[in-house]
Amino acid sequence: MSFINYSSREINCKIVYYGPGLCGKTTNLQWIYAKTNPDLKGKMISLATETERTLFFDFLPLALGQIRGFKTRFHLYTVPGQVFYDASRKLILKGVDGVVFVADSQIERMEANLESMDNLRINLKEQGYELDKVPFVIQFNKRDLPNAAPLDEMKRALNPHGVPDFEACAQSGTGVFETLKHVAKLVLSDLKRLGR
Amino acid sequence: MDTQMVMYEEDHKKILVVIGRLVREANAKAVFVVDRNGQLIAEAGETRGLDTTSLASLVAGSIAATGGLAKIIGEQDFPVHFHQGVKDNLHITMVANKWILVVVFDERSSLGLVRLRVKKATGDMNKVFEDLKKKADSEAASGSSPFAEITDDDIDNLFND
Repeated sequence: MSFINYSSREINCKIVYYGPGLCGKTTNLQWIYAKTNPDLKGKMISLATETERTLFFDFLPLALGQIRGFKTRFHLYTVPGQVFYDASRKLILKGVDGVVFVADSQIERMEANLESMDNLRINLKEQGYELDKVPFVIQFNKRDLPNAAPLDEMKRALNPHGVPDFEACAQSGTGVFETLKHVAKLVLSDLKRLGR
Repeated sequence: MDTQMVMYEEDHKKILVVIGRLVREANAKAVFVVDRNGQLIAEAGETRGLDTTSLASLVAGSIAATGGLAKIIGEQDFPVHFHQGVKDNLHITMVANKWILVVVFDERSSLGLVRLRVKKATGDMNKVFEDLKKKADSEAASGSSPFAEITDDDIDNLFND
């Protein structure tokens, strides 16, 4: 749920990075955090276990610039990817304005990708959203790994409806900002559409 | 499903009046209003040096997590939370099941006083939020939104590096 504040002339939107465990959701946010001008970002918060696995969420507030005199701010969240944290994932999806699905390209993670995509659809539905109607992009991460599945195979399995998708290697930053920019654009376009 | 929340200046001012009064009457350090999705709505008191954006997001996360816990044991929600620190404490209350009122206080106040003042402030805030909801419903019915006017160029311009 976007929040438009006339008093402070701000628009706030929430984007959630979803995907199976260890697919690179936190790495996406860490790259964005590292490469963003300090004036445009807030503190990144990671609620993680001692072994650096996301326990509840990561959070990164980001300012993009102004539209018609309104500061646009995006709150980026990741969900915990591990299967047994489903209750937490549902909570984080509340009020979401846009979703990035980060898929792990390693061929042995294909099943985990599919399971997580199904889980995303179900959890969104519980919140009253249809995945096909929410601003949504897919990122095929870890394209640099030797055991990456062929791209067309991944698209067939995970992106049958042809939503915008991006190849990425979040560790080196490839594709990270492209993904973010695209989902941010979709969110803003959706605000415009809802405004009509 | 809620898709958008709009806060107009006059309503924002009303909330600021309520929480400004709460800061004074409860001898609090600071008071925040946060929505359940983690957006900061308003703040009053000594907020300088505090990372208010993170505070809002974490408060919402905490409320969401304890709300989940409540359901597991058969409660609808835990509407009041209190976190005691060495110097500073947090008192967190749900308002109208949609907003979160956060009071930061230290030894200049007490839990009893904060509770008492929060109760009154919650009633005042409920009125503001009821008005806000009515306004939002009539806006939705009339189909007008501040964002109908933006163009694709406006959006593209944001991303011109």
